[in-house]
Amino acid sequence: MAASEKSRELAATGARERAAGYLVGRHRFRPAEALPWLLAIAAFFLFPDRMTFGNQALIMVMFALSLDLILGYAGIVSLGHAAFFGVGAYTVGLLIARLDWSEPLSSLLAAAMLSGLIGFVTGWFILRYRGLTVIMLTLATAIMLQEAGNLRSDISGGYDGLPGLVISPLFGIFDYDLYGHVNYLYVLGVLAVIFYMVRRIVYSPFGQALTGIRENVRRMHAIGSPVHRRLVTVYTISAAIAGVAGALFTQTNAYVTLTVFDFDNSAKVMVMLILGGTGRLYGAFIGAVVYMMLEDHLSKLSPTFWQFGIGLLLILAVLFAPRGLLGLVEEISRKSWRRGRAGAARRLIWKGEHWTVLAGSAVDGAAIGFIVGFAANFGQAHLLSEYIASLPGRALAFTCFGALVATAINAIYLAFTSRAAAEDRGS
Amino acid sequence: MPQYANIAVSILFDGLAYAMFLFITSVGLSVTMGLMNFVNLAHGAFAMIGGYVVVSLTRSYGVGFVPSLIIAAVLVALISVRFERRLYRRFYRATDLEQVLLTIGLAFMAIATFTYFYGPIPKSVPLPDWLQGSVNLGFRSFPAYRVFMIAVGAALIAVLWYGFERTNVGAMVRAAVDNRRMAESIGINVDRLFTLTFALGSGLAALGGGLAIQLLGLNPNFALLYLVLFLIVVAVGGLGSLKGTLLAALVLGIIDTGGKYLLADAGGFFIYAVTVIVLLLKPAGFYGRE
Repeated sequence: MAASEKSRELAATGARERAAGYLVGRHRFRPAEALPWLLAIAAFFLFPDRMTFGNQALIMVMFALSLDLILGYAGIVSLGHAAFFGVGAYTVGLLIARLDWSEPLSSLLAAAMLSGLIGFVTGWFILRYRGLTVIMLTLATAIMLQEAGNLRSDISGGYDGLPGLVISPLFGIFDYDLYGHVNYLYVLGVLAVIFYMVRRIVYSPFGQALTGIRENVRRMHAIGSPVHRRLVTVYTISAAIAGVAGALFTQTNAYVTLTVFDFDNSAKVMVMLILGGTGRLYGAFIGAVVYMMLEDHLSKLSPTFWQFGIGLLLILAVLFAPRGLLGLVEEISRKSWRRGRAGAARRLIWKGEHWTVLAGSAVDGAAIGFIVGFAANFGQAHLLSEYIASLPGRALAFTCFGALVATAINAIYLAFTSRAAAEDRGS
Repeated sequence: MPQYANIAVSILFDGLAYAMFLFITSVGLSVTMGLMNFVNLAHGAFAMIGGYVVVSLTRSYGVGFVPSLIIAAVLVALISVRFERRLYRRFYRATDLEQVLLTIGLAFMAIATFTYFYGPIPKSVPLPDWLQGSVNLGFRSFPAYRVFMIAVGAALIAVLWYGFERTNVGAMVRAAVDNRRMAESIGINVDRLFTLTFALGSGLAALGGGLAIQLLGLNPNFALLYLVLFLIVVAVGGLGSLKGTLLAALVLGIIDTGGKYLLADAGGFFIYAVTVIVLLLKPAGFYGRE
């Protein structure tokens, strides 16, 4: 008895040591972490004529990083994060346009402080609630700031914005060239500092408490964690970082308009973060850069298709890669994933219930395709007879297309989920 | 009539018409959210689709305005059932975030699809003669279309109230909103109930979308532009409450109209200010459960 007790104790100590070792060691820099930074520096030398784009991408990385702090770590769903981006952008804009204050670094600091302050005040109220109320209140915050700016358009410039904002040389020495080379390095430097801070926060006991709140808020209350204070703190920090991103946006673009507060801006940054993966620091990098590159190429081709693409991307991400691109990469790199999925796909063929699902989705897709095809081009058809003549072909094409898409999505979905379902049944 | 009384009557009247639109479109969202806690950001897309069905039917097929409203509501209700069965069903137990992402993705796709087919320019509908003029109600005359909207809204409120409060199905819905587990354990099929209310809600949203064309104009961005308003009405009224949704629609509709009449520059500021104040005082809304 004594021996088994001792071995159990030993095992417990071992487990505790492993856990402690994990907590102590996880914040150490891994070699792979240098990769994004090396890529960013390489981009500076490889694409000297694409620096304006690079600037925007880095700014969006910073913005996504700030959202990751509250969404990925603390689990606060905000649909109005553009509020703080906008406050930062306007702080810099107004400092230059109304007060002739154009020194870049001190205006960054001012932007961080002001947006942090607004984050603190709104967060204090908003974060007492949960779920839909929080989503609505964050959304309302952004819209109210936009409306307030519109109300005092004598100060803010309204929707025409503040054009022609020129900032002073960095440190009084480095002037900004037309191609944004200095800007790029400036933004990259600020991003590196911010990233270091965020990384420290995430791996600190405070960051650990945030993860606890995200995972199980009741238990955190039960063990005496000051939940509200923690949430308000992280919300304030996140707001300040978003403010810095906004400030950089104004400084590098030399203009700002009220559209920075748009819902689109809040939604966009969330899509980026989801695409990259929440709660994993580098998700913001991958998500923002991939999104910006896709947008750069596709929205030039057709803004409409681009919007359709984001929608589809979101749905696919939620269905198939809930942990983002980084999570997907991790999963694929594990060998078992492939075998498991292939096996699931094979089993799928033999399962009668799946065929019913697929047949059903084919019928649904066909029906929706038919309706869309039937309704298509009503707006543009000039002659009813012309329209009717073209109808059968188009309706048929849309029907087939709809059926195909719905079946394909469901087939992939089943392949993904049937293994998990089988495991559930087995256990 | 004195000047300010005249303005007050105008605000009340226009606000009432606007509130009816808000109520008709949001009530389904409120009930489905109350039933399943499902955050459906694609609700505005159903309203938008309803609007375009009405545009197509009236413009290209020459169907009358009122029949096309009804066809649009039925059609969108049918489509929405398929979406609910195939897609939404998988996400009832998912987190808020996943539901938000899924449904906002759907809304984006719907906007893009309709922009492709109908273009981004706002559409209008040809109205029958009897809806175009104005109606004299004794002390002054009002635009006929708004009178029509208020009448439709009032009729729907009566029907919904009867259905919700006086029928068996309504009692089941109320029971399920109150305590879903309990309702299920006494044999109410909440899943089927949800499909039913989802279809009804989407159909009403389509009807609201069709009615709104004349009032607000219709372009594909309708799906997201007014979604915020529907969500506000739902949040302020309290999830799953018919009374709350009606009260919220009236308060917000009249305040918004009043704000735009009296202080045109402030635009939509008031509606958000009221929302924030109400939610800070009563986070679950007027008639929501704390």
